[in-house]
Amino acid sequence: MRFIFKTDYDQDIRILKHSGYWWSYGILLAVLAALPFVVGSYLQSQVVFVLIYAIVGVALMILTGFTGQASLGHAAFLAIGAYTAAYLQKLGVPFIVYFPAAAILTGIVGAMVGFPALRLTGIYLVIATIAFAFIVEEILARWESVTHGNEGMRVRTLDIVGIPLPRDGEAFYFLCLFTLVGCILLALNLLRSPTGRAFIAIRDSETAGKSMGIDLAAYKVKSFAISAAITGLAGVLFAHKMTFISPEMFTLLLSIEFIMVIIIGGAFGVHGAVFGAIFIVMVDPFLTALKDDVPVLAAGIASSLGMASDAAGKLRDTMSSIGSAAGLKGAIYGLIIMMFILFEPYGLYGRWLKVKLFFQLFPLYKKATFKRQKTYVKSERNR
Amino acid sequence: MLDFIQQLVSGIALGCVYGLIALGFVLIYKATEVVNFAQGDLMMMGGFFVFTFIGLLGLDYWLGFLFAVCGMAVFGMATERVLVRPILGYPQFSIVMATIGLGYFLRSIAGMIWGTDDLKIDTPFSNGVFKIGDLVLAHDKLSVIVATVILCAVLYAFFNYTRMGTAMRATSENMLAAYYMGIPVKRVVSLIWAISAAVAATAGVLLAPITFIHSNVGLALGLKAFPAAVLGGFGSIPGALVGGLIIGVIETLAGFYLPQGWKDVAPYIVLLVVLLVRPQGLFGPSMRKKV
Repeated sequence: MRFIFKTDYDQDIRILKHSGYWWSYGILLAVLAALPFVVGSYLQSQVVFVLIYAIVGVALMILTGFTGQASLGHAAFLAIGAYTAAYLQKLGVPFIVYFPAAAILTGIVGAMVGFPALRLTGIYLVIATIAFAFIVEEILARWESVTHGNEGMRVRTLDIVGIPLPRDGEAFYFLCLFTLVGCILLALNLLRSPTGRAFIAIRDSETAGKSMGIDLAAYKVKSFAISAAITGLAGVLFAHKMTFISPEMFTLLLSIEFIMVIIIGGAFGVHGAVFGAIFIVMVDPFLTALKDDVPVLAAGIASSLGMASDAAGKLRDTMSSIGSAAGLKGAIYGLIIMMFILFEPYGLYGRWLKVKLFFQLFPLYKKATFKRQKTYVKSERNR
Repeated sequence: MLDFIQQLVSGIALGCVYGLIALGFVLIYKATEVVNFAQGDLMMMGGFFVFTFIGLLGLDYWLGFLFAVCGMAVFGMATERVLVRPILGYPQFSIVMATIGLGYFLRSIAGMIWGTDDLKIDTPFSNGVFKIGDLVLAHDKLSVIVATVILCAVLYAFFNYTRMGTAMRATSENMLAAYYMGIPVKRVVSLIWAISAAVAATAGVLLAPITFIHSNVGLALGLKAFPAAVLGGFGSIPGALVGGLIIGVIETLAGFYLPQGWKDVAPYIVLLVVLLVRPQGLFGPSMRKKV
């Protein structure tokens, strides 16, 4: 166990708290830098999706995790970023211009969503963001002169000052990695500034924050704008990764997936966004692999336990027919969400912290350290 | 003019459908401040239950109706016990996510059990029409309107004039205080989920001849009923009905008079405008902040 004696304020808000951080994050970055040269192209492409989801996760973390404003409309912000990139690229605008331009435009739209959100709390805010996302989806489908409607838009290969960055290449991977690291650093720096502390105060108690002199309206709009702008950046990368975008890619289900990222990761720290993104993106190939392997494995175990070979074959067929049933993925998604909320409310990052603390305090770990206080429902109507 | 009235009437019928589902949202919210995103999927389950009883087992319509409603009530209670009770009292958004997860789960399970084809059942309301002059109203739609109005009235009376209803309102106001007053809070919460699931099942059974039964019907209708509940002011029973009517009428009229594409968006635009002016919805109690 390491004890840090804090002697001044700067030490308290430092991003890298002690030398151990240099080592662990340095090694992590080195591994990530080496990754594209080690793994195959499929896994690399999955990791790129992890990075893009993690960027959205960081954005949502700022809004939902730290400001306490729920949003089920982030797919719409992603869509605005993606379409801005596609449209500006078609007009011949270079990447260096349209990358920030997408962020700025999405940020402005985010601020516009933030304004009605000032008066809404809880469930009203959720429905307002859903409504916003539906309207954006419909606009994308109808504004054919810009978005080509439901036919969708092709996105050409990304190109920075004449150097093309194909979507499967290492360079594109590094672009995503740099964007994610930049966004994480931005989020961490934001959260240790007065703005970030104001966000956290708003999450914990609006009334208390207000009486401490925090301008609720300004900070909520700021939070929405920053979150949307970061999602816009992710949208540009998403568009280039997909090479084709159409309105039906940015539905409510995608927004729910983004919320799952932070809930599964743990909605109280930026780490959670990354953990959640890894989980959400990797669950799909994992399930596919499981679908192929588990029936064979089960039949193998059954026959080694003395089951007749035709019975074992039948078992394998039944299991693979269950595994390939349409909609199994949805059921497993639903189960995962429910299980995490019931049994692991702090998400994967919370589990990580628990395991870490267990080893740090080894014989003295108490389960109660992370126990949540059970509260009685108090009406939100007069809170 | 006749066109307009005809559109208005079918808008009202559609609105009653939304109102009926919104009623389920409102009931649970009113008693426990939990927003059940799986309400539409509970309705879908009700439809499949009645299909099993009537279409597969060959029971009489009314008997199948009764069984489906009772079955869903038990199902609602079980859901409350397993999924909601352990997380009651935690931030509202985590409960919302849990019910979204439940919705996902129910949709795929229903798809796996009953298949992905459109199912339909014969009801006493199928195919009949009701005529006033040139106005045409199908019996199945009329049955939805009548059922919605009756259910709204009964539930409104239940909440305002019975001991149990008062206990439910007290629970929603302050759960701890309700415990102190000797209200069996856990039973109240179970009961409210049972009632809500039963209302959803009723909606599912009545909609079965209109929309057919398939696993995605709940999501589509639930996403429209949800704005209806919000528009009326979450937590107000007449509000759910009025909200549903507004959404239904706007959707139908927008589909008829405005260019294509407005039909699906118009309800949401109206919703956003209403929320801008009255953040607590049309019939919601005014929110006041207390420290």
